[in-house]
Formats: sequence, structure tokens, C-alpha cells
Amino acid sequence: MNASARANEWLTAVTWRRLLRDRPIVPLMGLLAILVLVIELADPGIVSPEWTGVIVRASVPLAILAGCQTLTMLTGGIDLSVAAIGSMAGFVTATLVHSPGGVAEGIIVALAAAALAGLLTGIGVGVFRVHPLIMTLGMSFVVLGLSNVWQLQMVQTGAGVPDSLRWIGSSTLAQVVPYNLLVFIPLTLLILLGLRRTGYGRLLYAIGDNPVAARLSGTRAWQVLIVLYVISAVMAAIAGLLISGLTNTASVSLVDTSLLPAVAAAVIGGTSILGGRGGFGGTIVGALILTVLTALLTVLGLPEPTRQVVFGSIIVVVAAAYTRVTSES
Amino acid sequence: MTATATGLLLEATDVSKTYGAVVALKAASLAVRPGEVHALMGANGAGKSTLVKILTGAVHPDSGRIAVRGRERTVHSPGEARRGGLVSVYQEPSLIPDLDIRANLRLTDTPLEPFRHWLTQLGIENLDLSSMARRLPLATLRIVDLARALAIEPDVLMLDEMTAALPANLTQRVLEAVASHRGGDRSIIFISHRLIEIASVCDRATVLREGETVGVVDVTPGSEERIIELMLGQIAGEMPAVAGRTAAHRASVTTPRISVRGLASGTKLQDVSFELHPGEVLGVVALEGQGQDELFDILAGSQRPSSGELLVDGSAASFRHPADAIRAGLVYVAADRAEALLMQRSVRENIALPFTTRVRRWGLIDLRAERETVDAAVSRLQIDARAGNEVRRLSGGNQQKVTIARWVAGGVRTMLCFDPTRGIDIRTKQQIYLLLRDLAEAGAAVLLYTSELKEVQLVCDRAIVIFGGRVVEEISGTDADEATLLRAAYHLRSDAAMPEAVAAETVAAETVAAETVAPRASDAANGPGAEAAPPEQADPETSR
Repeated sequence: MNASARANEWLTAVTWRRLLRDRPIVPLMGLLAILVLVIELADPGIVSPEWTGVIVRASVPLAILAGCQTLTMLTGGIDLSVAAIGSMAGFVTATLVHSPGGVAEGIIVALAAAALAGLLTGIGVGVFRVHPLIMTLGMSFVVLGLSNVWQLQMVQTGAGVPDSLRWIGSSTLAQVVPYNLLVFIPLTLLILLGLRRTGYGRLLYAIGDNPVAARLSGTRAWQVLIVLYVISAVMAAIAGLLISGLTNTASVSLVDTSLLPAVAAAVIGGTSILGGRGGFGGTIVGALILTVLTALLTVLGLPEPTRQVVFGSIIVVVAAAYTRVTSES
Repeated sequence: MTATATGLLLEATDVSKTYGAVVALKAASLAVRPGEVHALMGANGAGKSTLVKILTGAVHPDSGRIAVRGRERTVHSPGEARRGGLVSVYQEPSLIPDLDIRANLRLTDTPLEPFRHWLTQLGIENLDLSSMARRLPLATLRIVDLARALAIEPDVLMLDEMTAALPANLTQRVLEAVASHRGGDRSIIFISHRLIEIASVCDRATVLREGETVGVVDVTPGSEERIIELMLGQIAGEMPAVAGRTAAHRASVTTPRISVRGLASGTKLQDVSFELHPGEVLGVVALEGQGQDELFDILAGSQRPSSGELLVDGSAASFRHPADAIRAGLVYVAADRAEALLMQRSVRENIALPFTTRVRRWGLIDLRAERETVDAAVSRLQIDARAGNEVRRLSGGNQQKVTIARWVAGGVRTMLCFDPTRGIDIRTKQQIYLLLRDLAEAGAAVLLYTSELKEVQLVCDRAIVIFGGRVVEEISGTDADEATLLRAAYHLRSDAAMPEAVAAETVAAETVAAETVAPRASDAANGPGAEAAPPEQADPETSR
């Protein structure tokens, strides 16, 4: 009887392990539900449609930034330049609000500048084989420096976050549905479709899983990587615009605090930093988990340093758990 | 046991080792007397390297006993083996590239004076001990490795293919150093593919076949034949012949699919020329490290030749990337499945991978068409894809089939197979042979390197034999029995040492630290044409 109980226990462990490995999104949803339950217990009555709207609104930009990490991590890379690029995008748009082209011109300039930065990153990573960590770190300093130059140039014109950005970044329909979903839902569909149904998506996984095999099959990795870092930079700019609208702020370091949570959300969502494994669905849930966790820690009255320690611990534990379940043959 | 009476320096009895389902050693025994140079012989995959690794503690045996000077011992690690007097030198240099020579010596507690002594004996003078290991030429590094091993005066020194890519003058010095051990107190175990070297320095030879010791031979003039016989064993007709081979296609076709002229790369591939016609399977037979890896890398677009010509369908081709080779219709099946497969991805994605690599195929995938193509390939190769969500969960044979299916699915014109049946079960091997024949019948050209000589007669229309980076023989499929092939692979008819002109070039190509090489060698390096093709008169037949 003892033996059969043990076997039973083992079976469940295996089942869980398999679940976490093949469909990580299911246990992640469970974790999210538990966190929501805990926050409701900690502060009864807090969970409401309005609260949900606030959580979703805060999660959207984080999920987009985490999407940048997911896509680059699938190929075995990472994108640390998203914070600088996102901040730059919001800042440039704000400074150009009084220009002849108005908001549209600001957004176009911001996205074009982001795409250029991504192109250079992609060339560095894909053609000159600079490690993505180093390349994107370097690029984030370059972008930050140029943003500061821009700041000095534009200081007299006066700036402000345009109303349209504030509307899409922070307004909600009936106090519940945030309008930033208008950007997020099409983007999400595009990424999910791209990863699952296009040749390009397949190649992202292929390069991350086994660069040698991808090469021997005829993949020219540099082409894939250049396009990848352009996509990532443009997504970072979009996230930066939404954050700028949400916080009604434009500064060259606005997005900085979201960089590491974005990496964390991707890792928690089941994307392997070693490449070849993961997806955007898990990343979205990862972003929601982090946002709810932040809210929970706030409700519990824990200070910022504690929040950071908890964040860090969760990333390490989750990454270790994934390594355990995916490494067995 | 009280084996002291035997007077043997090293005795290994019934050593066995299996890796998963692959039996590397079944019952290997080896007895080395004090003061002898003992050859360890065997065809590719016979278990030589595994036995050496077990003796030096790098691999743990499943069973068997090892005794040194009559005392049984279990060797847990290379360090322990070293202290117990068992040291080996491998074909690849084992120095740490970013440390200088002195620091490398210190790592292994090598006494400096004996090291210098042996270095001089081996023909390298004025070596600057403060030079970084990575800045020294390969040949020098091997000599440093050997001198380092000799300096600590091991009881048993194992040399695994030590001379494989050494220039002739250095090889001679190495052989002299080895021969100087005869009659002393210490012994050497010598592994080499060159029978001429075995004949010149070894006293006895132990022959392995399929992981078993099949004989011990006293090395005398003429014993080469006996060694080859032992390596072959009884040639069993265990594999039914692959039916329906017709040579009809070949004669009628005028333009070869591939023609290779004077291809050379580095020191391994010297001068290879052949033609591959549509409708034929051309075998490539070679012992390990004779340049076949480089040949396939060049044809697959992974590496560029240093000289020579490659014509595809009659027009010159130069591949900068595997994608270029694939576009020219040359597809590559690697022996190492870890190199070819996306282990975490599905069978389907693995097979469909080549379809999506080109930029204009980056868009939406036509899933239905893809499934049809993939299913057709899966059923043609009879892949058991039940665990197909992740390729790494398939068996080795099924994994290998996936790497082939990838190219078959797209319609193959020229397939380059590098040892495609290594480490897979006999049934899968049969299926792969049949498939290769089918492909050839359908008009494809197949180039097949195989380490299993039996396969050549079963599958190939003809075979070329490469030795020392050159094609030394062409054998028609019907005559390509194992014995003929093995004799040809060992280049038995003529001398096996590297020709002098080639050796000089080897040294010249490594001019970075030419001053550290013996003056004798640098004389030959004066010519400006360090990268030129080897001179035509450098015929291996005439050098001895």
C-alpha cells in the first residue's frame, strides 16, 4: 500500500512535470489564479472588474517589452536596449507634439529611429557576431546618449505627452477595458501567428535550438537576426509610447524600471534563455503574474526593496524549475 | 590476484563497455610486457580509443580487470592513472591554448630538464617556453605533448594516432623516440593507421575487432597480412544484399553531377579528384582522419577549399554557405545527429526546416501542403513518429531517418551522406541502404562515406579510397569486398609515410612560429608558395 501510494505520487509528479514542459501556460494560469486568490484574501473585496482593468492596463506595456525578450531569447539572444529605445520613443513623440506634423509625425519619427537602432543592433549581432547581451547593452547607451543630445536641442520648444497617447495609454472603456488593448490585441495576434504559422517564426526557433543544424539546412542566420532586432526595437518603441501615455511622463529613462521585469516575465512564461523553447502566450501570463504580484506586495505593505528580492527569487526558482523539467531526456 | 608471476607490465582482461545500446567493447584484453612497443590495431569502431580511455581513467569500464605490474587497480581519473604510471598522448593537442608552455608544464607537474631533453631528442630546439600554446604550430604542439609525457617517465605510454598529421621528418623523430624504449623497463602502446610505422617500431600487436581481442601477433616482416586478416575475421553474409543494382545509368550520361579536381584544404586534404554521376552511389572509403571530413565539409558548403576545382553539372561552383550548396542541389546528411537536428522541435518542423530558410518562404506556411510532404517522407522512411513532438525522444535510428527525410521530402538531386549508419540498428541500416539505392535508381547522385566497409559492396556502384588526403584507389562495387577495401584503406601496397614535399608544405603553412620548428624543416619552407597546391611530382608512391 505504501508502495502504491509512492507510485501514485510519482505519477502525479511526472504528470506535472510533463504539463510544465509541454504546456507551461496551464500551470502558469494556475499560479496566476492562486495569486489573485491570495490578494483577495489579503484585502477582501479588492478583486473587481475595475481592478482587473487596472491590472491588464499595467500589464500590456510590460507584456510587449517581454515579447521583445521572448522573440530574441528564442534565438538564444536577449534585448537589453528595449528600455532606452522605449524611453526614446516616448520622449521624441512628446518633443515633437507641436511640430507641423503633430503627433503622427512624432510617432513616425520615433518608430523610424527605433527601427534604425534595431537595424544596427541586428547587423552587429547577425553579421559581426557580437554577443546580443553586449550589442544591445552598447546600443542602449548609444540611444540614451542620443536622447540626451535631443533633449538639449529641444529644451526650448516645450513638450508634453500628446492627448491621443494619454487616451490610448491610460483610458478605459466603462472603467474596465483599457484602450491599450486596441494596440495589444492585434500585435499579439500577429506575434502568435508569426511564431506558429510562418517560416520566419520557425527559423527563430531553429536558430535558437541548434544554430549548426539551421545553418546546414541553409538558414542564413544574419538575415533572420537583422529582421528580428528591428521587430524587437519597434515593439519596444510601441511599449514606450504606451507607458508614456499611461504615466503622462516623457523622460529619457522612463522605461528603465520595466527592463528587468520584462526579462523576468519572459522567463517565468516558459521561454528558455538558451533558445529554441517558449512562446508569447506564456509571456503574457508571465507579465500578468508579475503585475498581480506587485499589486499583492503593495497591498501587503511591503517596501520596494522587498519587492525586488521577491522578484529576483521568483525568477531564479522558476528558471531552475524549467531547467529541471526540460533537461530530462 | 597474484599475477606477479606473469611478469607483465600492464594487463587488461575482459574489459567491456556499453554506451546505451551500443557495445563499444565486449571482451578486450591486452597484455604488455616490460620494454616492448605494443601496437593496438583495429578497423574504425573496433574499440581502440575506448580501451585507451579506460586504461587512462577517462572512461569507466562496465567490467574487466586492469593490473599494473601484477597489482590490480581501479583507475578513477586521468590524474590517478598518471600517478600510477599510465599516460596517453592523443591526436589532438591537450595543452591549454591560453597558457604559455611553462604554465602548461606546471599544470601537470612536469620536470623541466627531462622535458627539454626529450624536446631536443624529438627535433625541436630553441622552443621559447614563455610562448602561448595557441601561437605554436600544430605539429610543434603534438611534439610538446609527447615530450611532456616522456618527461615524467611513465610505465606505459599510450600514443593514439600521434603521427597522423605530423610531417615526415618529425614522424621519423617520434618513431626513433618510441623505438628507444625497446628493451628497457617501460613500454609503449602504439596506435596508428600506418602499417609501415607499426612494422618499423612495434614488437607485438593486439588486434581488436568489434570490441573483442581477436589475436596477438608478433610483428615481423609480412605480418601485415595476418593483422588485416584478424581485423576482418570471417566475413559473414549477415546482411542480405540490396537487390536491383543496375549500372545502366552511368554509361549513358555525359555530364557528371559533380566533378572534383585537385581539391585541397589545410594539411588533411591534399589532392582529391573524382566524378559523381547521376544514378550512382559512389562510396568513399578512408580510415579516420584521412581528409574525408574536409572533403564533405567543402562539398556541403561549410568550408572553402584552399585550392582545387568543383564543378556541379559541368559549371564551376564555389560555396560560401551551406545554402549555396543546397541551391546547387547538394544536400548533406551528417553522421552526428546532434549537428543536424533541432532536438527540442517536432519531427515535422525538422523535416520542413529546409523549406523555410529562403527569405521568400518566410511568410505563411501552407500547413496542408506541408503536412502532405512531411507525411509522405515519414512514410517513405518508415519513421516511427509517435514521440514526434520532440525529436530528442526518438530512437537514434529514427532520428537519423529524420535527417534524411528532410532532404528526400524536397526531392533530392545530389546527396552527400557522411557515415549515415553510425550507431544505429541493423534494420534501420537496411532501410537506409534501400533508400539510397532507390534514390540512385530515380536518377539522384549519392556520395557515401562509410566507416562500415561491408556497406560498400551492398550499396555502392564504385568506391574511391582516400589515404593521406589523396585518392589512392578506385574500386568497382562488385570487387569491393571488405578485405580489398581494408587493404586499400591502409594503402598496403606502397609506403604510408607522408611524402617529403607535402611534409615541407605542412610546415610552411604554419609559418607563425617557424623558428620553433627544426631548421631541417624550415629549409623547405623558403619558397613563397606556402598556400600553393602540392606539386604534382609529390607522388606518394615514389617517396620510399
